[in-house]
Amino acid sequence: MTVANIQVSETPLVLYTLRRADDALILGHRLSEWCGHAPMMEEDMALANMGLDLLGQARELYSYAAKVEGRDNDEDKFAYLRDVRQYRNLLLLEQPNGDFARTMVRQFFYATFADLYWRAMMRSTDATLAAIAAKSEKESAYHVRHTSEWIVRLGDGTEESHARAQSAIDELWAFTGEMFAVDDSERGLIDAGIAIDPATLHPQWLKTVTGVVGEATLALPKNDWMQQGGRSGRHSEHLGHLLGELQSMPRTFPGATW
Amino acid sequence: MYTQALNSSEGEDRNVEDAARAAQFQARIDAEERIEPNDWMPAAYRKTLTRQISQHAHSEIVGMLPEGNWITRAPSLRRKAALLAKVQDECGHGLYLYAAAETLGTSREELVDLMLAGKAKYSSIFNYPTLTWADIGTIGWLVDGAAIMNQIPLCRCSYGPYARAMIRVCKEESFHQRQGFEIMLTLCRGTDEQKAMAQDALNRWWWPVLMMFGPPDQASQHSDTSTKWKIKRFSNDELRQKFVDATVPQAQYLGLTIPDPGMKQNEAGNWEYSAIDWEEFKQVLAGNGPCNRDRLAARRKAHEDGAWVREAAMAYAEKRRQRSALQAAE
Repeated sequence: MTVANIQVSETPLVLYTLRRADDALILGHRLSEWCGHAPMMEEDMALANMGLDLLGQARELYSYAAKVEGRDNDEDKFAYLRDVRQYRNLLLLEQPNGDFARTMVRQFFYATFADLYWRAMMRSTDATLAAIAAKSEKESAYHVRHTSEWIVRLGDGTEESHARAQSAIDELWAFTGEMFAVDDSERGLIDAGIAIDPATLHPQWLKTVTGVVGEATLALPKNDWMQQGGRSGRHSEHLGHLLGELQSMPRTFPGATW
Repeated sequence: MYTQALNSSEGEDRNVEDAARAAQFQARIDAEERIEPNDWMPAAYRKTLTRQISQHAHSEIVGMLPEGNWITRAPSLRRKAALLAKVQDECGHGLYLYAAAETLGTSREELVDLMLAGKAKYSSIFNYPTLTWADIGTIGWLVDGAAIMNQIPLCRCSYGPYARAMIRVCKEESFHQRQGFEIMLTLCRGTDEQKAMAQDALNRWWWPVLMMFGPPDQASQHSDTSTKWKIKRFSNDELRQKFVDATVPQAQYLGLTIPDPGMKQNEAGNWEYSAIDWEEFKQVLAGNGPCNRDRLAARRKAHEDGAWVREAAMAYAEKRRQRSALQAAE
C-alpha cells in the first residue's frame, strides 16, 4: 500500500493524450465547484453539463493514455496519483473560478479553441483520438454557444457586468497563448498526422473571439505577453490546492477501491 | 429530493367558497380526476399545494449542498461524474417543481425569496452534515429511498402538474437510490476502514431518515384535508413502516447493523422500531440542526453573489427588445 506518485512513461503519444486529459479534468473540476452555488438554477444545470462533458472527455483520454502506455496505470491513477509537477494541463484551465464573469470568460476562451481543435483532430490518423475528437467537438460547440451568449449578455448588460467581464478578459488573456504552442514532443506527432498543429487555428480563434468580444462591447488587451508552463508541469500556485482536494481520498486511504 | 410531512393545510376557507363548486370539485377528486391549473379549486387547496410543492422544490435545491460537498473530493472519476450528474438532477427536480408550483399562481422568485428569508421550510434531513464519503452512499440509499416511499404515491396526486412532475422525479430518484446502495456495497466489501465508515454513516443517518416521514400519525394535525383531496394517500406512520420493512433486509445484505438494538420483527413480518426522538426533530425544524445556518447562508450567498448576473441578463434582454422595436419602426 502506497500513496506515492505513479511513474509515467511519457512517450510523445502518452504525453500528448495526458495533456488533453488533464485539460478536461482540471476544467471539469473547476466547473463542478460551482454546483449548488450558481447565479440561477438554469446556470447551475448548464455549468454541471459542461463539467460532465469535460469529465467524460478526461476519462476517455486517460483510458487511452493507459492503453498506449501499457503499464498498470489507469484513469484514476493518472488523476489521483500524480502531483502538480506531473500534471500537464494549460494554465488557463486551473485558474480559480472567481466570479461568474471569470468562469465564463475562461470557458469561452477555451471552448472556442477546443471546438476548432477537436474538429481538426477528427482527421487524426489515430482512430481512437479521431473518435474522441468527434464526440468532444459536438460538446465544445455547445460550450461555445452557451459562453458566447453570456459574454455578450455580460458585456452589454449593466455597467457592473461590463466591468467584471472586461476585468476577466484582462486577467485571463495572458493564458490564451499556451493553447497554440507546440513543443518537440508534439511536433513529431503533428508530422505523423496523429496530432494537428494548433498554431494553424489561431487566426480563426482570434476572429471568433474578436467578434464576440466586439458584440459584447468589450475589448481585448493590447498586452500580448503570454504565460506558459502548464504543458511541462510548471503551474500556477492554484493547481496544488485543487489537487489537494481532488486527490484527498485516494491519498488518505491508499489502495482502497471505491 | 423529497418532501416531508408537508401535508398540512391552512384553516378552512369554505365560508368564502361557493358551496356548489366545492362539492363539484370534491366529486371530481373522488372520481380520481386530475385537477389542472385553469380549473376552479378551493383557495385552501391552492394554498396547501403551493406550500407543499414549493417546500419540495426548496428541498431539492438545498439538498444539492450536502451532496455537493463531496463532488470535488469524490474518490474516483466514475464516482465524481455520477455524483455531479446526480446533484444536477436534483437541481432539475427543483426546476420542474418550481414550475409546477408556478401553475398555482405564485412565481418562482417569490417562493425562493420566502425560503431565503427563512419563512419557508425544506426537508429537515438536509440540515445534517456529510462528513465522509460513506454519507454520499447513505444519502442515496436511505434519504432517496425514503423520498421514493413518499413520492411514489404523489404520482397519483390529484393535482395534475405535480403528479406529472413526480413521475419523472421518481424515475431519477430510484436510479439515485440504486447508485447509493452500490456505493455502500462497495464500501462494505472493501477494507475494514471502509466498512467502519459505512457503519458510522448508517449510525448517524438512520434516525434522521426515519424522521423524514414527519410526526407520528397521532400528532399530525392536518392530514385529513390532504387525504380527502387525494394529495396524501398514506399516513406518515404507514410510509415509515413500509420504508423500515424494505430497508432492514438491505442492511442485512450489506452486513451493516441498524443502530436500534430494540428493533424486532413482529408476527405480521413488520420490523418494529424503537421510539423516535421527536425532540431532535423539533429542534432541527426550529433551526437548531447542525447545518441549518450553513445551508441558508450558502443559498443566500449564491443568490446575492448572482444578483449582478441576473440583472445583467435582464438589462441585456431589455436592450435587445428596445433595439428590435427601433429597427421595426425604421
